[in-house]
Amino acid sequence: MKLMKKTVLAAAMSLAAATGVQAAGVSDDVVKIGVLADMGGVYADICGTGCVTAVEMAVEDFGGTVLGKPIEIVSADDQNKPDVGSAKVRQWIEDENVDAVNGLVASSVTGAVTKVLTDAKKIALISTSASHAFTTKACSPYNVHWTYNVAALANGTVKPMVDAGKKKWFFITADYAFGHALEGIASKVIETSGGEVVGAVRAPLGTTDFSSYVLQAQASGADVVGLANAGADFVNALKTSAEFGLTETADVAGLLVFTHNAKALDPAIAAGMKATTGFYWDMDDQTREWSARFKERHGSIPAMGQAGAYSMTMHYLNAIKAAGTDESDAVMKQMKKTKPNDFFARNAYLRNDGRMVHDMLLVSIKDAASRKSEDDIYNIEATIPGDVAFNPMMPACDFK
Amino acid sequence: MKINKLYLFLIALALVAPTFIYPVFLMKVLCFALFACAFNLLLGFVGLLSFGHAVFLGTGGYVTGYLMIETGISPELGVLAGTAAAAVIGAVYGKLAVKREGIYFAMVTLALAQLAFFFYLQAPFTGGEDGLQGVPRGSLFGIIDLSDNSAMYYFVLAIFLFGFWLVHRTIHSPFGQILKAIRENEPRAISLGYNVNDYKWAAFVISSALAGMAGSTKTLVFQLASLTDVHWHMSGEVVLMTLLGGMGTIFGPVVGAGVVVTIQNYMSGGELGNYIHIIMGVIFIVCVLAFRSGIVGEFQKLMKKNFG
Amino acid sequence: MITASHNSFVSLGDVMATIFGINLFALSGQLLVGLINGSFYALLSLGLAIIFGLLKIINFAQGAMYMLGAFFAWMALNYMGINYWAALILVPIAIGIIAILIERFLVRPIANEDHLYSLLLTFGIALILQGMFTHIYGSSGLPYSIPDELKGGTKLPFMYLPNYRAWIIVISLIVCGSTWWVIEKTKLGAYLRAGTENPQLMQGFGINVPLITTLTFGFGVGLAGFAGVLAAPVYSVSPEMGSNILIVVFAIVVIGGMGSIGGAILTGLLMGVVEGLTKFFYPEASTTVIFLFMVIVLLIKPAGLFGKEA
Repeated sequence: MKLMKKTVLAAAMSLAAATGVQAAGVSDDVVKIGVLADMGGVYADICGTGCVTAVEMAVEDFGGTVLGKPIEIVSADDQNKPDVGSAKVRQWIEDENVDAVNGLVASSVTGAVTKVLTDAKKIALISTSASHAFTTKACSPYNVHWTYNVAALANGTVKPMVDAGKKKWFFITADYAFGHALEGIASKVIETSGGEVVGAVRAPLGTTDFSSYVLQAQASGADVVGLANAGADFVNALKTSAEFGLTETADVAGLLVFTHNAKALDPAIAAGMKATTGFYWDMDDQTREWSARFKERHGSIPAMGQAGAYSMTMHYLNAIKAAGTDESDAVMKQMKKTKPNDFFARNAYLRNDGRMVHDMLLVSIKDAASRKSEDDIYNIEATIPGDVAFNPMMPACDFK
Repeated sequence: MKINKLYLFLIALALVAPTFIYPVFLMKVLCFALFACAFNLLLGFVGLLSFGHAVFLGTGGYVTGYLMIETGISPELGVLAGTAAAAVIGAVYGKLAVKREGIYFAMVTLALAQLAFFFYLQAPFTGGEDGLQGVPRGSLFGIIDLSDNSAMYYFVLAIFLFGFWLVHRTIHSPFGQILKAIRENEPRAISLGYNVNDYKWAAFVISSALAGMAGSTKTLVFQLASLTDVHWHMSGEVVLMTLLGGMGTIFGPVVGAGVVVTIQNYMSGGELGNYIHIIMGVIFIVCVLAFRSGIVGEFQKLMKKNFG
Repeated sequence: MITASHNSFVSLGDVMATIFGINLFALSGQLLVGLINGSFYALLSLGLAIIFGLLKIINFAQGAMYMLGAFFAWMALNYMGINYWAALILVPIAIGIIAILIERFLVRPIANEDHLYSLLLTFGIALILQGMFTHIYGSSGLPYSIPDELKGGTKLPFMYLPNYRAWIIVISLIVCGSTWWVIEKTKLGAYLRAGTENPQLMQGFGINVPLITTLTFGFGVGLAGFAGVLAAPVYSVSPEMGSNILIVVFAIVVIGGMGSIGGAILTGLLMGVVEGLTKFFYPEASTTVIFLFMVIVLLIKPAGLFGKEA
């Protein structure tokens, strides 16, 4: 880690010296990006060190320097605890002059961290959090929310199913803020599309045994059982659903599925399940090219948040370059003015509330027979235009 | 005499420390040191192992945080209210727990703490997994703005010194002597006519109030109250701090808290985070097997042997 | 819009009202899955109760050993091609051997001191094991398939019972029952109990008490390893699985009466059912209800439901 930081720094220094650029506008002569994520816990695979790698790649691809000043990366483990995360970010701002924080996974941590960042007028580059609060009720002129959010998941996965006649829904929801938000927004989508929520059960986070909840779902007579949870909770709930025969009598829909979870699932159980994702490595040549580079460095295909972390870092650095300063207000303005366009961001723009609106993908999990490699997980079913997928902007969050 | 000089030197050191070290880190150490001192009052001086002390830390934090956000009272009142709330819960829990001894005492406190954890997880005012975010630090007595880190630091230092002094006073008072007598030989204390459970209960209440004070202060420092502070892992962590520093010594918990917080802080950067459990585990084992009196205890033994 | 679990929050009155309707069926299903979880609790708490009851050691590493059992099963399959059935025998033995080493070199030096020291020591061991496995395997969990022989299920009038879950109940009851029988009813068990109650006397009779102690510890921990293998196919194999279940199992042992072998088994099953019912009526509280039970029991009957008053 340290070595990495040094090489990037050294490369940047030599470059700056060679070109002799002397730019004003970069505070304390360095642009410092912090990467905060769960490095060893339940969400480590979906961002974690992979997000650090992605940000490093972006900095290197950008040239290691902006406006003649070096770009530095620091990273830390938030252990999925809001207190740990916000304390770390506070230290970064006060003691280490960090300009922006990338990564950001658990919604609880992101909520605490964005408050600290907003107070200090520093930019939050949110790659993997699901809650849509950061651009709605907890919106801030310094929040940038990139990859996806719960609204996109609900519009992407739930709506087409209701439209196809699956009217009665039951939710198995993770009993914390993210689960509640996902269930709430999905319920709204179901009801406005003419469906009905026949029941819901809230399972404590980290529940190991879902059999009781699966039985309740079975008894409800729902057409679809929506799993409003993530990570290990999702995998366990789906496994138990299959074991108790729920998958035969009803559709089970995972509302938030990460490629790493999909990969770990037995295809016999998961095949055919639809999911919404902000990115899939095997979409076209551009995504394949970047993903191959990522895999070579990190050892696994990129999760959507990791690809998002790269794309977002690029856009941030481009904005600093164009604005001629790393001052947060100017950079935010610039980021909203120019449209991001890379392997990740398609038909994309950064809305005034900080929501990055881009094309989302509706995918289905492949069965074992049609998989060509261990990373060959999804069929892409449809592209969902950003304006359809994401929630509309709240007038109160229209930061110009 | 010698001891007094040591105190003066340490206080002087604490006063200038924020010029060298990041003040928020120092404040964190002080908060946990106070928490560990409170815990040590029970474990080290009465011989009661509470496995649910996190509840008092968390209660102080939540109550202070809630009041600061909702009513905008000044921080000293917020801390006072948090401390009082923890004392009230401590009074109830203590009443139930002191009836039991040894491992049963530990188990009752653990179970009660789990109930409280559930309450804080579900109660709408705590924000569940999100915690209470954006707690304002406010202005001390309505005058001194605490959003400045160095002002906040001296406020925290004052609270810590008060708490430390209180523990010190308690231990050296006649009341404290009786507590130690209970620790050493409970049947004898009973036969001398002391109502042992009342003494244990009083110690429990003082300990929980001080733990609550630590939690209130911590919430102000980090502007956040979260479930971490009421989780049973936190109850385990304070045992570790006390054991490592030296239980039953005055300075032990402070040293233990300092070491543990430093290790955590150092390890939270980058990929080292995974080793934190392993290191903590090793510390536990080494302390129990070879290092029973902790850092301060061993140091005192060494001093006695060579200079005493 | 339904925001909470109010739909499943059926009052007791409603259940009574529809006692011959679907709710009775749903309730039976919940009771059965509660019993399945209770089987795990029974196995784990039995191990703890043996270790505490006979050796007076509080083993806070029991949860970690359960986790280790599940991981060993996974490693045996993926690195050595050892299948589930072989793992069910071999893994508990391997875990037992590890436990014997721990007893011999770490626990024995502090055997005669305050129980709290053994608690702290084993807590440390648990932290190390959990940290190691998190470091090596991450914490998102590893998949382990149900063995082919036990795939599928049986349609009961009130629910679909997967064969593997039925197997869990049957094998746990057999293991728990025979352990109880050996300790309480056989000559070997009598030696064991006497040897721990009065070591000097038994030593005088020519019985190797330290050996008995070590083997008992190994067996008690081996039970946790066994439960781990049993759990691998239904719960995902993850480093956190032990720490989550540990304090619950501790509560069960305390409720049953520390050291009561039969008490631990019965309370384990009972708590599984209580938890199952809670998941039906108030799921949010399902992880807490056992502690509520524990507080009440300790206040009314301090020695636990099945413990003898000291």
